[in-house]
Amino acid sequence: MDPAELLKLLGIVIVVVGFALKLDSILIIMVAAIATAVVGGMDPVAFLDTLGTSFVSNRSMCIFIMTFVLTGTLERNGLRQAAAALIRKLKNATSGIIISAYGVVRVLFAAFNINFGGVAGFIRPVIMPMAQAAVERDGKKIGDGHLEELKGMSSGMDNVAWFFGQVLFVGGSGGLLVQGTLAGLGYDVSLLDLAMVQVPVAVVAMLAAIVYYNVIDRRLTKRRARVIKATGSASYEEGSAETGAEGAGTAAPADAEKGGEAK
Amino acid sequence: MTEFIQFFQSADVTLSDKLLEVAYIVMGLIAVYAGIRNAQDETNPKRMGTALFWVVCGMLFIVGRWVPSTVAGAMVVIMVIPAICKQVGRGTGDEPTQEEMEGNYEKIGMKLFVPALSLGVMALIFALFTNISSLVGLTFGVVVGGLMLFAFSHKNTPKVFLNDTRRMLDAVGPLSMLPILLAALGSIFTAAGVGDVISHIVSGVIPQGNLVVGIIVYAIGMAVFTMVMGNAYGAITVLTVGIGAPFVLSLGADPALIGSVALTCGFCGTLMTPMAANFNILPVAILEMKDSYGVIKKQIPIALFMLAAQIVYMIVMTAL
Repeated sequence: MDPAELLKLLGIVIVVVGFALKLDSILIIMVAAIATAVVGGMDPVAFLDTLGTSFVSNRSMCIFIMTFVLTGTLERNGLRQAAAALIRKLKNATSGIIISAYGVVRVLFAAFNINFGGVAGFIRPVIMPMAQAAVERDGKKIGDGHLEELKGMSSGMDNVAWFFGQVLFVGGSGGLLVQGTLAGLGYDVSLLDLAMVQVPVAVVAMLAAIVYYNVIDRRLTKRRARVIKATGSASYEEGSAETGAEGAGTAAPADAEKGGEAK
Repeated sequence: MTEFIQFFQSADVTLSDKLLEVAYIVMGLIAVYAGIRNAQDETNPKRMGTALFWVVCGMLFIVGRWVPSTVAGAMVVIMVIPAICKQVGRGTGDEPTQEEMEGNYEKIGMKLFVPALSLGVMALIFALFTNISSLVGLTFGVVVGGLMLFAFSHKNTPKVFLNDTRRMLDAVGPLSMLPILLAALGSIFTAAGVGDVISHIVSGVIPQGNLVVGIIVYAIGMAVFTMVMGNAYGAITVLTVGIGAPFVLSLGADPALIGSVALTCGFCGTLMTPMAANFNILPVAILEMKDSYGVIKKQIPIALFMLAAQIVYMIVMTAL
């Protein structure tokens, strides 16, 4: 292959290296665009022409400006408080069920383009206290390792539900980017079709996360019961049972992974 | 201007396109408003850069269609300059307080979910039952939801909506333009012939005309590229041009299925990489966890399982 042709890949190298080095995203894109135009032999007029045409024809990708008109004021009117009240109805559930319920609510709302929380806005103030309280219902403090596992699972559930849920929204940014990219290559697809093919994917993703996290949760609970029994039922505290609790933290997920993968 | 009037009077332009153009003009006006308010905001340390960014962005929405595309391209360049120079910021003091949100919730209650769902419901209704773009439906959903909020509480005046929109725009900042700029980069790649070069190289590695191999390489490539870049949106722009189109779509696979699922294969990569710090590392800090990879470790089995499941899904659906 002609080496001059390979030079056209410079823009891709810039994008990959730039993102990997955590440089400013917009800077990376502009430098990659200009570099590609230069090595590809585009003159400045053709460059601006392509840039402008693409931006204007992809304005749909910025539909979020329109959705913000509603979502900002929804937040002000207490949408997050309403979602918290909904999940708090689960009074006697295990921590695994609480995390799963959060995932289900999160994915359903993501499908309607409503981002009601996330880790800072929802998991820390609402889900973690509930999950911890569910473990401590027996009157003994939760082990450090156990708590760490619950934190990891809550965040994991948040990401899985949000990622696979937002593509279900007709007009979400992911679907719009795919539509725009395919249109540039000569394939016309509808936003509805892009969302519909994701329905089975989202269902499977949520089932996988719910099963996997509940398997881990059950193991953690059993381990905890064993540690409490071994160290004397009344004196289960962080210091004295540290090794046991940490053991639960490392051994349980390794076993549970097999359960999750074997499905 | 005559062109503008002709567009809206023309019988050749569909109602959907006319309404969508109106929605773009409204979005542009909102962005311009956000820019002007930032220019006046003394709590914003970077108010001029912020104003320039949003005003030019808004103008691109309003006049973008009517000016020559080279002018629009130049406007894009002007818009990104303050962003690259880190001169886009935000003011303080417009956040709703905890008391305000709790008080409003006490007053309105669970029926707040109804306007929340109006966006998605309207987008879906328009997509299913009309020939009008689902994005116009979504805009309609904003109006319906807004009227409901006003009915629930007369404190929700148009000014409150406008200022909350501005607050949301300030919160997401220039990074919200990432998808549209990546799409522009993709079109520059295509115009410069980058896709041809990649497909030339890849064709030396994977057999030509084998749809199954093409799907597997595209899907795993999406996950790996996303792990390296930390961003599935960047990966799909590059890989669809280089692998998706020549090795999968040109063989007749359904573009909606392949394109959409390729993106979620990329998301599996996002779940597995510390490069996606805001999803995987930031929560560790927020939740005060000890293990920096405590979140990623809980996601890797799910991500690997989903990557495999999605590859099977694409192959099965294509074979049927």
